[in-house]
Amino acid sequence: MAATIDRDLEQQLQALRQQGGDTVKVEDIGEVVRSLLSTLSGEMSAGDLKLYQELEALADYIHRAKDEIAQLRTDDLQSRYIASATDELDAIVGATENATNAILDAAEKIEEVSREADPALAAKLTEATTAIFEASNFQDITGQRITKVVKALKHIEERIEGLVSAFGPEIAAARAAEAKSAESGAKPTDEELLNGPQLPDAAHDQAAIDALFNNG
Amino acid sequence: MAVDKNMNILIVDDYKTMLRIIRNLLRQLGFVNIEEATDGSMALQMLRGGNFGLVISDWNMEPMTGLQLLREVRADAKLKGTPFIMVTAESKSENVIAAKEAGVSNYIVKPFNAETLQAKMVSVLGEF
Repeated sequence: MAATIDRDLEQQLQALRQQGGDTVKVEDIGEVVRSLLSTLSGEMSAGDLKLYQELEALADYIHRAKDEIAQLRTDDLQSRYIASATDELDAIVGATENATNAILDAAEKIEEVSREADPALAAKLTEATTAIFEASNFQDITGQRITKVVKALKHIEERIEGLVSAFGPEIAAARAAEAKSAESGAKPTDEELLNGPQLPDAAHDQAAIDALFNNG
Repeated sequence: MAVDKNMNILIVDDYKTMLRIIRNLLRQLGFVNIEEATDGSMALQMLRGGNFGLVISDWNMEPMTGLQLLREVRADAKLKGTPFIMVTAESKSENVIAAKEAGVSNYIVKPFNAETLQAKMVSVLGEF
């Protein structure tokens, strides 16, 4: 059907070109449209046309969405932000666990000392250490909550991986553009300098800071 | 019958800090023979090889969960009468129902305090 429409239309447009070159009268355009519609009426219903328009709108929408997803820099989200967020959350769990164990060490030492104290004092010390043991429960709950968040982030990461493989060429183009921009060697902005606490493996200790400071 | 504070108690949790907390609270209650396992399968092996008067177990562990451990214990002719207290952050009604159906002796929701631990132990073992 499409080939027939294209052939009829082409013949009419050719005739118009021969008559008036690139300048076409409005009534001639109307004639082309009427001719086109009459050709369509036998082959395509109003419902078909509506469906075609809807499909075309849908295709436009998908195309725009694809562009917007490419602009999101999904590879960057995945490699930098999500990976970093899960590392930070793991670091929170590790740090609070270490702190909890240090508190428990101290509480156990107080318990040992309480055995040498008179009964009244020992009872008070035991009451205090019980409160410490009870309060230390928080670490388990916090750890479980953070584990749930990490699982949610991993789920998002998997979905992003799907997007990355679906829109590979667009993302590669965006990456190339950013790399070119980074090569310009501009100084980091104030915002770019605010990274918060570093993960233990990546952090400089005070000696390294002193060395950097004194060499600068 | 008086509770024997020298009986063996098995505490099961994949989180070592929690094992330490429960051990300390039990010690404050006068129980001294406390052993630890970090998942259900390790606990089951220890239960089959030993003589325990109480199991206090977490639910959410791998590879064998606390609920699976409970079912194994209740299905084992030698172990089926062992008192079993679940200590877990799982607090939905369906969890409590599932644990009850599997034969749990009592159920403690984390975070918990020493008073709750003692009260549940008394309800399972009797006054001590």
